[in-house]
Amino acid sequence: MRELLLCPPDYYGIEYEINPWMSRARGAEAALVQKQWKQLHATLSNLHCEVHLISPRPGLPDMVFTANAGLTVGRKFIPSNFRHKERAGEQPFFATWMEQHSYEVSWLPQNLFFEGEGDALFGGDTLFCGYKFRSDIQSHRALADNLGCLVISVELVDPRFYHLDTCFCPLPDGAAFWFPSAFDDYGQRAIREHVVDLIDVSPEEAMHFSCNAVVIERDIVLPEGAPKLVTTLEGRDYRCHELPMSEFIKAGGACKCLTMFMPQREKC
Amino acid sequence: MVSETIELRGHIIDSLILPKILDQILTHGANFKIGEINIGQRRTDQSFARIEVAAETSEALDELMLRLRQHGAEVIERENVQLASAPADGVFPRDFYVTTNQQTFVRFAGKEIEVRPAMSNSAIALDRKNASARAVKFFDVKVGNEIVIGQQGIRVVPVQRSTTHTDLFQFINTIVDADEPKSAIIRELGRELGRAKKAKGKIAIVAGPAIVRTGAGDHLVRLIESGYVDRLFAGNSFAAYDVERVLYGTSLGMNPDLAFARGGHENHLRAINAIREAGGISAAVRQKILTRGVMHACVRHDVDIVLTGAIRDEGPIPGVTTDVIEAQKIMRQKLADVTHVMLLAAIQHSLAVASMLPPMTKTVCVDIDPAAVERAVEHQPLQSIGLVTDVEPFLQELADSLTHSRIRE
Repeated sequence: MRELLLCPPDYYGIEYEINPWMSRARGAEAALVQKQWKQLHATLSNLHCEVHLISPRPGLPDMVFTANAGLTVGRKFIPSNFRHKERAGEQPFFATWMEQHSYEVSWLPQNLFFEGEGDALFGGDTLFCGYKFRSDIQSHRALADNLGCLVISVELVDPRFYHLDTCFCPLPDGAAFWFPSAFDDYGQRAIREHVVDLIDVSPEEAMHFSCNAVVIERDIVLPEGAPKLVTTLEGRDYRCHELPMSEFIKAGGACKCLTMFMPQREKC
Repeated sequence: MVSETIELRGHIIDSLILPKILDQILTHGANFKIGEINIGQRRTDQSFARIEVAAETSEALDELMLRLRQHGAEVIERENVQLASAPADGVFPRDFYVTTNQQTFVRFAGKEIEVRPAMSNSAIALDRKNASARAVKFFDVKVGNEIVIGQQGIRVVPVQRSTTHTDLFQFINTIVDADEPKSAIIRELGRELGRAKKAKGKIAIVAGPAIVRTGAGDHLVRLIESGYVDRLFAGNSFAAYDVERVLYGTSLGMNPDLAFARGGHENHLRAINAIREAGGISAAVRQKILTRGVMHACVRHDVDIVLTGAIRDEGPIPGVTTDVIEAQKIMRQKLADVTHVMLLAAIQHSLAVASMLPPMTKTVCVDIDPAAVERAVEHQPLQSIGLVTDVEPFLQELADSLTHSRIRE
């Protein structure tokens, strides 16, 4: 049974602007926020996942996006070093929570920005890591040192897809779906060389955060608005669970951003 | 070119970070040299590369470094130069760094500063305020000047053999001995001078008295008249011999046309006296006292004449700089923009000029003494050729090749 960490959206809101999706003029509707998050929680729970909850904190509206808390491999938790000061306050709460739940907390050097699962996704034995907008490429080397796995660093070039999990989603059968133009040429080539079976997501569907999906074996929980991708995935015997995510997309997040795997992978 | 050394670590091969970095260096007009590379053997092994990156300007390099850092390049901190104050006017601090004529950079306050001019056998004075570094001679240093000491923080960039094309110098780059054929090389030199003239290069001749004494002056005149000489460096004696030859048909009493000449050594002094009376070489040309010869041709064709004296000189002829320190300054200044120099049968003067040449100046040395040729060309590695021969046949063949329209570009 997969274990997941979620954070109720009690203090969630668009209180600052740190990515192109965020606009304080376009706030999230509180009732809808609760409804959409609860639907995600219910969907994941129904997929036989054990969903843990961390208490939200006032003044940390983005704590709801637990994927950015860090990266968990086995019983090791590597906390994030957030680039933006608005989110830096989340770090101690996540680290303490993980420690209290018997995870070994392994810190990266404080001067290296790293935003957790948001920029670090395993595809098979390989850890794909995005850099530039949020995480530093130097943090990737620290991850490789820490975990002893192959880390493929890819540059993100479209500020709308500022985290790797907004444009790349590995699947358990070794394939992945992705939005290629979110990466520079070298990043695209590096991904193509390491993922043989790639499903391209169209620009319109990518804009619905379709790549921001939680994959639990043959079940894929993703934001609604990607009929073509859903058809493709269902054609490959995946069950797709499309959820409304409008209120979180306003902050530049969706299903995957709201979920952290505990662990993402048992071992490297 | 200013440079920095960067290091890359991690899965830089699988992530294509190494090719990306190298491509970025090239697309920004800079270039690189991989100093060390270790590629991980196993899948999870990380790789390492140390790369020297060179760009035209410090600003361009800074901008490039900023970009490369974003992709994980770590810029290696280099040590700054060590400085000490000059203890007195004309005295360098002990352990001062002695320059070569190669392009040299000093690192100060984390930046590379090019030492100008590239001048051998000098010290380096650093001006903190203007962030500049200059090569200084003894006479140039004042008490309290900050002088570079030791070897730390200094980078010398030797002239590289060109990989894009082969010219006479880079192809031969050696000494052609007395018993080796020279015609083909002299013709190729003619083509090189033709290209230099076309490209508005500056050609200088260092002329020794043997040119006049062997009767090769007329060949040199042909080169001057054809526009292949921009500057003439010579001693008092060369000018005096040339004038004597024009006025009396002899040079230091010898006549190249007659086995036995009359007048002897006194012609030499009478010639000098005539020029002194006229008020100088140009004046003598204007007054039609001097109507032929090398000096005449130089005046008529606006060749810059740089005459410097020696202790044994008679006269001197007006216009000869006899103060040796002053002469060094003038010669250095007049050599700064010279692209090609021919050192012709003037060993002492040639060695003086060779020691002052900028590193890229292409140099030809012609002398009958192999040791003289060897000593002159060693100053300009990869940029010089030496020919062990009498200067007269050399100049004749060169002038023939250039004035008989044999040059086809």
